[in-house]
Amino acid sequence: MRDVLQVSALRTHFFTHAGVVKAVDGVDFTVRKGEVMGLVGESGSGKSITGFSILGLIDPPGRIVDGSIRFNGAEIANAPEPALQKLRGNRIAMIFQDPMMTLNPVLRIDTQMIEAIQAHESVPRQTAWERSRDALGLVGIPSPEERLRAYPHQLSGGMRQRVAIATAFLNRPDLIIADEPTTALDVTIQAQIIHEAQKLTRQTGTAMIWITHDLAVVAGLADHISVMYAGRIVEQGATDDVIDRPLHPYTVGLLGSVPSANKRGQRLYQIEGMTPNMLAMPKGCAFAPRCRAATPDCQTAPPITEVDGRRLRCHYPQVQGAAP
Amino acid sequence: MSDTIAPETSTPATKVETPFRRFASEFFESRIATVALCLLGLIIVLAVLAPWITPQNPYDLAQVDVMDGRLPPGSEAFAGYTMWLGSDGSGRDLYSAILYGLRISLSVGVASGIIALTIGMAIGLLAAYAGGRTENIIMRVVDLQLSFPAALVALMLVAIMGKGVDKIILALVVAQWAYYARTVRGTALVERNKEYVEAAQCLGLSRLRVVFRHILPNCLAPLIVVGTVQTAHAISLEATLSFLGVGLPQTEPSLGVLIANGFEYMLSGRYWISVFPGLALLLTVVSINLVGDQLRDVLNPRLKK
Amino acid sequence: MTVFIIRRLMQALLVVFLMSVIVFFGVNVIGDPVHMLVSPDADQADIEATIRRLGLDRPIWEQYLLFVSGAAQGNLGNSFIFGEPALKLILHHMPATLELAFSALFLAVAVGVPLGLYAGLYPDSLLSKGIMAGSILGFSLPTFWVGLMLIMLFAVELGWLPSTGRGDTGHILGIETSLATRDGLSHVLLPAMNLALLKISLAIRLTRAGVREAMGQDYVKYARAKGLSTRRIVFVHVLKNIMIPVVTVMGLEFGSLIGFSVVTESIFAWPGMGKLLIDAILQLDRPVVVAYLMIIVLFFVLINLIVDILYSILDPRVRLRDQGA
Ligand SMILES: Nc1ncnc2c1ncn2[C@@H]1O[C@H](COP(=O)(O)OP(=O)(O)OP(=O)(O)O)[C@@H](O)[C@H]1O
Ligand SMILES: [Mg+2]
Repeated sequence: MRDVLQVSALRTHFFTHAGVVKAVDGVDFTVRKGEVMGLVGESGSGKSITGFSILGLIDPPGRIVDGSIRFNGAEIANAPEPALQKLRGNRIAMIFQDPMMTLNPVLRIDTQMIEAIQAHESVPRQTAWERSRDALGLVGIPSPEERLRAYPHQLSGGMRQRVAIATAFLNRPDLIIADEPTTALDVTIQAQIIHEAQKLTRQTGTAMIWITHDLAVVAGLADHISVMYAGRIVEQGATDDVIDRPLHPYTVGLLGSVPSANKRGQRLYQIEGMTPNMLAMPKGCAFAPRCRAATPDCQTAPPITEVDGRRLRCHYPQVQGAAP
Repeated sequence: MSDTIAPETSTPATKVETPFRRFASEFFESRIATVALCLLGLIIVLAVLAPWITPQNPYDLAQVDVMDGRLPPGSEAFAGYTMWLGSDGSGRDLYSAILYGLRISLSVGVASGIIALTIGMAIGLLAAYAGGRTENIIMRVVDLQLSFPAALVALMLVAIMGKGVDKIILALVVAQWAYYARTVRGTALVERNKEYVEAAQCLGLSRLRVVFRHILPNCLAPLIVVGTVQTAHAISLEATLSFLGVGLPQTEPSLGVLIANGFEYMLSGRYWISVFPGLALLLTVVSINLVGDQLRDVLNPRLKK
Repeated sequence: MTVFIIRRLMQALLVVFLMSVIVFFGVNVIGDPVHMLVSPDADQADIEATIRRLGLDRPIWEQYLLFVSGAAQGNLGNSFIFGEPALKLILHHMPATLELAFSALFLAVAVGVPLGLYAGLYPDSLLSKGIMAGSILGFSLPTFWVGLMLIMLFAVELGWLPSTGRGDTGHILGIETSLATRDGLSHVLLPAMNLALLKISLAIRLTRAGVREAMGQDYVKYARAKGLSTRRIVFVHVLKNIMIPVVTVMGLEFGSLIGFSVVTESIFAWPGMGKLLIDAILQLDRPVVVAYLMIIVLFFVLINLIVDILYSILDPRVRLRDQGA
């Protein structure tokens, strides 16, 4: 299938007073048409910044310092603002992390949805309104006409998140970046929304990057998974491969911390230590200080190995069964 | 004013980095504030020394010659000295008149500032001490008063009471006490929630001691800041009232009175009679404000921009 | 919504009542009521007659009731100078003041908001720094001094604009106003500018702070992610959010504009109620002074009330909170 997005060697750094924060430091991945790519990692690993980099929404003191982002074959990293503006919300849409903060509190839902259509297409307001209403219906919002007249604070968190999802689909984009769209919601609504999103991608052929810190969420949703740690992708592959045969100790740890039926009764594993200080990154492998398998070799940057369509950044891939 | 700035914490002289030194070095980090402080110092010195450094006592009729009236800047007076800033309608040397005017303006401003600070602080502390109903009522009154501009409150009072130094000071005090009360109360709210006050209360300290040991020392810094800015306000307000003819009488010619006297000559091009006293007022008010701004930044790091 | 308005109305009434007490006692306890209400050149018999007529020999609470019932009927005494009811005099001068205050408010928003918007969007540009320095100066300069400088520059030196009076008046919607004629407009410009100066500084600061805050909010980033133009983001998303605090504060400032117009009107010989007040104070025309005070109190309370209601309409969150309460 066609590649919608190719990100290679992407580096996005923040030049703060305290020093350079390498929030994204050499990220590669590809997303194909109609495919869902799960981007997984702990808080602060650079997932959101990766998403914002693709949209060209990095504000000073941040900057894309290196790498390439090819969208439908065209280079868009550091592209001129007008070109990016045409893509944003139109060909590439993003659903933000916090549903409470992303909708403008003083504008009605209809205003905020219609403007998203009219920014890219000169259609009559009435047509745009009808499309907004249909989009809300599609994500399972009851009586969408009424909701359109509401202000954001009159909707529940789940409703707002659905509005954001519906808005993302309004212009039938080629790619949607969904940044933890379900973390703020309770489990049943979460499952519902994931279901809706999946249905929509299948129907429209939209590719999707689903950002989350929860491997369990993407396990049933994504075709591919990229595991991110401290600004780098440490492991990448087809979902089933990564879940069933994790190779990187960090992925192993992440999986160990997911509760599941066949581990009932066992103690949940927790990765020891904390995410590294972005201003003082460990030399070599960033995960080494927390890694059980680490040796002095890990003081040097690990090689990138590529086997069976899987990529890995580790000196000591975990062998089957060695998972804690 | 400049000597009220120093916090009264005295530390052993052996220590190099005393709080005062740190405070001073932070204060002088801003070049504008340094210049403003020097200017303010100069203004105060000039005002204090006025009788000894002016060629004329402008209010001693024996020294004033009507023949010297409305002379442009640089003219020579009948008595032989040069009037660098010209003379006013009745022949007074403007340079002398301005320094004497500064004395009055500064005294009224500072006096009203100090009285308002004392009263406002006392009421604020009372509210903090009493708490509950009393505090509520006091703060309601403060809020109500603050919903009217201070200038209007002062104007209302002089309208009711009439002219005179004492009345102007009273009007300025009434117009400003609420700002101080609000400041004290703001600190009290913060301090009360701090653990050490809770701890102090647990130890069975009396409320009076909490107020004087914890709230009072902590509200001094913000009070100094508010006091500086409010004093500039008071000076400006007094000048405004005097300019309108409802402030100080002609016998107490503050800068505002001088400016008002020159107003009628302005349209005929004799600008200096109003402009020079105006400039003196301007420099005074602006320099106090700049010093106050810097004080706020230095004394209250939380408010730093 | 109605519950909200009724509650605010009750609060306003309470404040008016309190202020009437204060003005009453201001006149009767601090000042000498006879002195305040009798013409200074009245003789002893006159004074005694007045004391009896005004009921000053009765207990203080009765006097207060008398004062209130008179005030409620719009009777605040007659002017010594003009011999007319004080209230009528003030109402007669009110349109000129309102016209000046509205012009100043308009100028403050029309000049201050765009400057603040610019300073907030490009905080590091030289122009922005200039704007901010200007606004600091605008806060420190005494209004009357700026008025003098305006007259000196534009009226005396350049001769571009007139510096006294209201000029020709015309009619807009049946209201007599200087804003309807060219000559009138040229007369309004300087005093309105003078009165607006402080508020321009305020509008600049408020707008700038609001813009800086809003630009960092997620909803702005989200709007950008939707591909909206910068123009739409600034003028719809940002402006609509910051207009709430700006409108509130500027609206509250309308009262202080009326108060400060006392200064401006005196300098520019503007025939409004502020100038009337100063003239009345200088000529010891006390009934006019008392009437002015009561009216200005009423005004302030009214403005606070209107702003509260306006605020609740503009900000849906406030409205809802109050409905829930
Ligand atoms: N404006 C900024 N200035 C400096 N550092 C920043 C800035 N924005 C983000 N960072 C840093 O970049 C790193 C990655 O942030 P990012 O928001 O991408 O994390 P994340 O993976 O999305 O985490 P979460 O799950 O909490 O959303 C963090 O360490 C953060 O501190
Ligand atoms: Mg994130």
